[in-house]
Amino acid sequence: MNGEQARASGFNGFLEAIGRKSLELFEEVGRFFYILHATIYWTFRRPFDAREWLRQMVRVGVDSLPVVGLTSMFTGMVMALQTYRGFERFHAEGFVASVVSLSLTRELAPVLASLMIAGRVGSSLAAELGTMRVTEQIDALYAMATEPIQYLVVPRVGATTVMLPPLVAIANGLGIFGGYAISVALMGANPVTYWEKTFQFLDMNDVSSGLIKAAVFGLILSVTGCSKGFFTTGGAEGVGRATTSAVVMGSVVILVSDFFLTKILF
Amino acid sequence: MAAGEPGDRMVATAAQARPKIAVIDLWKSFAGHEVLRGINLEVPAGESLVIVGGSGAGKSVLLKHLIGLIPPERGHVIIDGDDLTNCEPAHCLEIRRKFGMSFQEGALFDSMTVFENIAFPLRRHTRSSEGEIAARVRECLALVHLDKIENKATSELSGGMRRRVGFARAIALQPEILLFDEPDTGLDPITSAVIDAVIVEMREQLDVTMVTITHNMQSAFRIADRIAMLRNGQITAVAQPDVFRSLADPYIQKFLAGEPLEEEVA
Ligand SMILES: Nc1ncnc2c1ncn2[C@@H]1O[C@H](COP(=O)(O)OP(=O)(O)OP(=O)(O)O)[C@@H](O)[C@H]1O
Ligand SMILES: [Mg+2]
Repeated sequence: MNGEQARASGFNGFLEAIGRKSLELFEEVGRFFYILHATIYWTFRRPFDAREWLRQMVRVGVDSLPVVGLTSMFTGMVMALQTYRGFERFHAEGFVASVVSLSLTRELAPVLASLMIAGRVGSSLAAELGTMRVTEQIDALYAMATEPIQYLVVPRVGATTVMLPPLVAIANGLGIFGGYAISVALMGANPVTYWEKTFQFLDMNDVSSGLIKAAVFGLILSVTGCSKGFFTTGGAEGVGRATTSAVVMGSVVILVSDFFLTKILF
Repeated sequence: MAAGEPGDRMVATAAQARPKIAVIDLWKSFAGHEVLRGINLEVPAGESLVIVGGSGAGKSVLLKHLIGLIPPERGHVIIDGDDLTNCEPAHCLEIRRKFGMSFQEGALFDSMTVFENIAFPLRRHTRSSEGEIAARVRECLALVHLDKIENKATSELSGGMRRRVGFARAIALQPEILLFDEPDTGLDPITSAVIDAVIVEMREQLDVTMVTITHNMQSAFRIADRIAMLRNGQITAVAQPDVFRSLADPYIQKFLAGEPLEEEVA
C-alpha cells in the first residue's frame, strides 16, 4: 500500500517535472517570438537611431573579425590536411580544393562564425540587457517614453543580422586561403590547378546560400541573447544564468535550424 | 504670481472635474503573494500626493503601475482619461511622455555620464540645441545642489548623489506628472530639505501633478497636499496633512510616532 503510494507519487512527480519543463520551453519560445515580433514592429518606426546602429555594427562586425577570421582560416587549413590524407588513398588529391571551397562556403564558415558570434556577442547582449533589467534601467527607459525594444534591441539585432554575411564572406576568403596555403606549401599541390579547382564546382548559389544562412543565424542568436537579457529576473545570479543560456540556446538553435535551412531551402 | 494664492489652487482643482490620475480597483500579486488588493485612488491635476506605508507594503509597485511599468492583474490606471493598462504600444509611449519618474535606486544609465543621463530625455523628446540642453542640464543639477560632476561616470557617484541625479533627470523635461520614489532617503537633513524645497516650488506651478513616496514624515508634511496610507494592499486613508495627523487609526498614530506595533500583520 505504502510502496504503491510512493510509486504513484514518484510517477506523478515525474509527470509534473515533464509538465514543468515543457511549460518552461513554451515560455522560452514565446519570449523569443515576442522579441522577434516586437523588433520587427519597432524597426520600421521613427526615430531611426543611425549612430547606435553604427556603434553596434562596429561592436559586432569589426570587433569580431579577428576571432572569426582565425577560426575560419584554421578550419580551411585542417580541411585541406584531412581531405588530402583521405583523397590520397584513391588518388583524388586534385579535388581537395573543390571540397574545401564547397564545404567552407556552404556550411563551415557560416556555422562556425555564427557559433563564435553566439559566444562573443550573444552572451554580451544577454549580460548587458540583463544588467539593465535588474538595475531598473529598462524601466527608466519606459518611464522616459522610450521603447526599450526600439532603443536597445532593434540596433543590436539589426547590426548582428546585417554584419554576419560580410563577416562570413571574409571568413570564406580566409578559409580558402588557409586551405590553399597548406596544400601548396605542405602537400606540394600545384598552385595554378589548386586555384582552378577551387572555383570549378563553386556556384554563386553555394556562396549566397551560406550568406543567407549567416544572416538568419545572426538574427537567431541576437534575438536569443536579447530575449534572455530582456526577461532576466533574480539579480546578479539571474544575469549569469541569462548569459550562459543565451550561448547554449543560441548555439543549439543555430545548429538545429542549420539542418532545416539546408534541407528545405538549398 | 496669482497662482501662489491658496484660494486659486482650490478653484482650479474644483474646476478640473476629471482627475489627472485615476486608479480603479487595482490588483497585483507576485507568485501568489498579494501586494495590491483593490487600490482606488484619484489625484486631481496640480495636486501633490504623498504615499506612505511600511517597508514592503507595495508603494514602489503601486508607483510603477501609475506609469504602466507593471501590468496589473485587474483594474485600471487612467491618465487624463486614457487607459494606460489597455493601450497600443505606440499610444502608451505617447501617454508616458507626460511623466517624469525618479527611481528608488536611481536607475541611471551606467553606459552614460551624468550629463548624458540628464540630457537623455531632452535629446529624445525636444529639438533643443546642444547649448540649450547643456544649460538645462546644469540648471537641473544646480537645483539638487550638484555641480562639477557632469562628466563623471554614474558608477563614481555615492548613493545620495545617484538619487539626486535621478531626480534631476526626472524633472529635466518639466513633465506634467512627476513620480518620485523616496527622493530623500539616504540624504542628510539639509540636502533632503533642498529636495523638498524643489518639490514645493514645482507644486506652485498649477499644472504639475506629483506623487511622492517617502518614509520621512517631516518632508511628507512639508510637500503634501494630501497624504495616503498604503497598508495591506489597500489605501486605508487619504487626507490633507492636518487631518491625517489627527486620524484616530491606531496604525497611523503608531506610524507617525515611530512606535512598534504589537499585532503586526505578516
Ligand atoms: N518584481 C517583483 N517580483 C516579485 N515580487 C516583487 C517584485 N516587486 C516587488 N515585489 C514584492 O512586492 C512587495 C512590495 O514591494 P515594494 O517594492 O513595492 O515595497 P515598498 O513599499 O516600496 O517598500 P520600501 O519602502 O522598502 O521601498 C514586496 O513584498 C516585494 O517582495
Ligand atoms: Mg520601494
